[in-house]
Amino acid sequence: MSLFKLWNFHGGLHLDGHKQESCKAPLAVARLPERLLFPLQQRNGEDSKPVVAPGDRVLKGQVIACDDHPFYPPIHASSSGIVRKIEDLPLPHPSGLTGSCIVIETDGEDAAMDFAGIEDYRQCSPDELRRRIYEAGIVGLGGAAFPTSVKVAPGSDRKVDTLILNGAECEPYITCDDSLLSHYPNHVLEGAKILLQILKAERCLLAVEDDMPDALAALEKAKQRGGFEAIQLVRVPAIYPTGGEKQLISVLTGREVPTRGIPADIGIVCQNVGTAAAVYNAVVHGTPLISRIVTVTGRGVKQPQNVLARIGTPFADLIQQCGGYTNEAERLVLGGPMMGFDVPTDNLPLTKSANCILVAGRNELIGEKRSLPCIRCGACAEVCPVNLLPQQLYWYGRSDQIERALDYNLFDCIECGSCDVVCPSHIPLVQHFRATKGKAIAKRREREKADHARLRFESRQARKEQEKRERAEAAKRKKENLGTGKSPEIIEAIERAKLRRAEKSAPSSEGAAQIDGDKQETVVPPAGAETRRESAKVVHTETPPGGPESEAQAVPSEID
Amino acid sequence: MRFPTAHAPYLAPVNSVNRIMLEVLVALIPGLAALVWQFGPGVLVQCMIALLAAQLGEAAMLSLRRRPIAPALRDYSAALTAVLLAVSLPPLAPWWLTAFGALFAIVIGKHLYGGLGYNPFNPAMVGYAVLLISFPQHMTAWLPPKELSGSALSFADAWNAIFTRTLPSDMTFDALTMATPLDTIKTQLGLNRLLDEIQAGGLFAGIGGRGWQWVNFGFLLGGLWMLKRGIIGWQIPVGFLGALFGISLIFFLIDPAVYPTPLFQCFSGAAMLGAFFIATDPVTASTTPRGRLIYGASIGLLVFVIRSWGGYPDGVAFAVLLLNLAAPTIDHYTRPRVYGHPK
Repeated sequence: MSLFKLWNFHGGLHLDGHKQESCKAPLAVARLPERLLFPLQQRNGEDSKPVVAPGDRVLKGQVIACDDHPFYPPIHASSSGIVRKIEDLPLPHPSGLTGSCIVIETDGEDAAMDFAGIEDYRQCSPDELRRRIYEAGIVGLGGAAFPTSVKVAPGSDRKVDTLILNGAECEPYITCDDSLLSHYPNHVLEGAKILLQILKAERCLLAVEDDMPDALAALEKAKQRGGFEAIQLVRVPAIYPTGGEKQLISVLTGREVPTRGIPADIGIVCQNVGTAAAVYNAVVHGTPLISRIVTVTGRGVKQPQNVLARIGTPFADLIQQCGGYTNEAERLVLGGPMMGFDVPTDNLPLTKSANCILVAGRNELIGEKRSLPCIRCGACAEVCPVNLLPQQLYWYGRSDQIERALDYNLFDCIECGSCDVVCPSHIPLVQHFRATKGKAIAKRREREKADHARLRFESRQARKEQEKRERAEAAKRKKENLGTGKSPEIIEAIERAKLRRAEKSAPSSEGAAQIDGDKQETVVPPAGAETRRESAKVVHTETPPGGPESEAQAVPSEID
Repeated sequence: MRFPTAHAPYLAPVNSVNRIMLEVLVALIPGLAALVWQFGPGVLVQCMIALLAAQLGEAAMLSLRRRPIAPALRDYSAALTAVLLAVSLPPLAPWWLTAFGALFAIVIGKHLYGGLGYNPFNPAMVGYAVLLISFPQHMTAWLPPKELSGSALSFADAWNAIFTRTLPSDMTFDALTMATPLDTIKTQLGLNRLLDEIQAGGLFAGIGGRGWQWVNFGFLLGGLWMLKRGIIGWQIPVGFLGALFGISLIFFLIDPAVYPTPLFQCFSGAAMLGAFFIATDPVTASTTPRGRLIYGASIGLLVFVIRSWGGYPDGVAFAVLLLNLAAPTIDHYTRPRVYGHPK
């Protein structure tokens, strides 16, 4: 590893790593659980469609649910067994949602499908490889679970020069990437080569934190075998949140991802090291993503360690295998203590993005905080890795000044929690920001709805005007027609009839005039006009969303 | 197994308001010690009076506002306000003056605006300014420093002087009190005397005037400790002292007969107290890094302006209060560039 120029990002925190607990013990391989659970929902999307039914026998690696959408790759059974049922179960989700899950009762045989790898992937086109990644069900293993096949397709207008493999596990307690890099450095390096080929990128920067010496040594040893010249290992300082995608890009390249942009906009694609290993397995061995390494740690578990476990394994089984709970087990957190979320039960399945199961002991982690008023000390702004002014965001969010909060770039907040930890008033800032974001989104929806209604109203008004004009013109034409070529007697008779009618309807039309103002002629509208309007109304209510906008664009010409 | 849930992050906070306030109080010790050494134990009596009045005022206001009292009294914020006010007052000021100032600071300056975190003006300086305007005679009656007088009052004498306005039989208040160096310069310059002649007086040895320079050194020491501990940022003190030094240097070079040296400016009066303890009050200061530099520098400039051409010998309180008003505007125009936004 040669000297590599590193940049800084603003702020950040030195946190107590708590890494030793789980990385001291060797990597364990999880036992086959009796039941495997596969939620059909992926990344808050629609449920994928199950392609198996209760009673079906499935093999390890068999597709059990899929979706046509490129964002939702197929779901595979991670062992062989019988599909017992498809039912609503609690999901590992911050809001404690339940959702449809396929429940497989394993048969203990662990019988697998025939996985066929690609012999020489260098002959494959990027599209073929992306297809393979999609079919293997690979999503980002760093936590966001974004579909990898989409991420490695930045589009023809974006030239990617650098692939970044993120091995900077900046959150305390989590060591699953450290363990993966120490045990399977080769998989990660080979995966990097495949990704480089797909992206047609020149170089790969593989970042590990400077508190991961084992991983680095393993990588360097693996790299010596040759063939990995395009891959450069970079040691980055262990400052939270260096492992954040935008922060890592800053540290390694000095470039900044534009707000609301993606890394590919500046020629970079960033992947978790675990994802690279999964890509290697999918392309070279043909195995879908059915297992991952997860850190099971905390003082609430007897033997903290990293476990190579099947996707779908209930947490309870994993914790059991790590010696079970200690007496002081108090909280169950999925992910790290900074950006993870705690769950009320251990009856939840391991998902592809679950990197850590943290069982906190007594007083190891805190619950709800009692807060004092903000004293505007600015400690939050000092540590913010995005260079926001959290105390201002808090102020505006709390007083419901959503527009001001947006002006202070609320949506650039990555919710890393740094401000929260340094706040001397113990204000749960991240919680506030999430709430304010929710309010802002709700407000935007409301405004869109109001705009929609306004457009509908305006186009209706315009249509009514138009009809009025047309009616007036028709009446005028009629009158002109009547006035020409008629005998004086007829004209006289018409005049008389008109006069009589006017006398009869005068009182009622006066009353209506008071109410209706200048729209007097609508009091006795022609029968045809009325039905026309009715039918127009019916048509209008059936206009699908999006229709009124196009209608609205037509409004000006109507008025003209 | 069932587990309770809460919101991330779950790491315990690394700091607290109590700790910050307490550490600021600790940082005041060197300055306070220098004051006691040079001006006698009256300073301590003033601190006690102010502390009592401030805590009583805080408790009364909290109970009127139906807020929990105990946590607020434990956060040391009222105590800090009290001590900052007390160290700014003449050591033998009558007890009611100090009590009134502390009560005004807490009741009007802090709680009527909404309490901790909501006051736009530095409460201690609100109290000080009210006292200075209302009772100018008491407020300018400082004592001669020990370096000059050679002796100081005993604790009992100071106590009696403050509470009963009685002095040992061989002393009178008029004979005992003395103007501060800054006050002397202001008055004497007004009499068309030159700085050389004025500073020939015994009060003006050293860089900041006898006694006063030690007090300023004390506060500087405490301030540097706070910087090292990360309780305050460098921007406000550096801005304040840099601007004060800079503008003093310019005018000193232009006309040394009328303008004192920049070092004198920085080590006399409330310069160091202001730069490290008053202007850095987070609640009322600017909050952005660039804003803090501008805020501090503006106070430094105003201090020089008020000292040189204003009606008062020292200008820290008024300069701070004026810039408190400007802090939100400064913040608005000094927002840092957010990651990923155009440079």
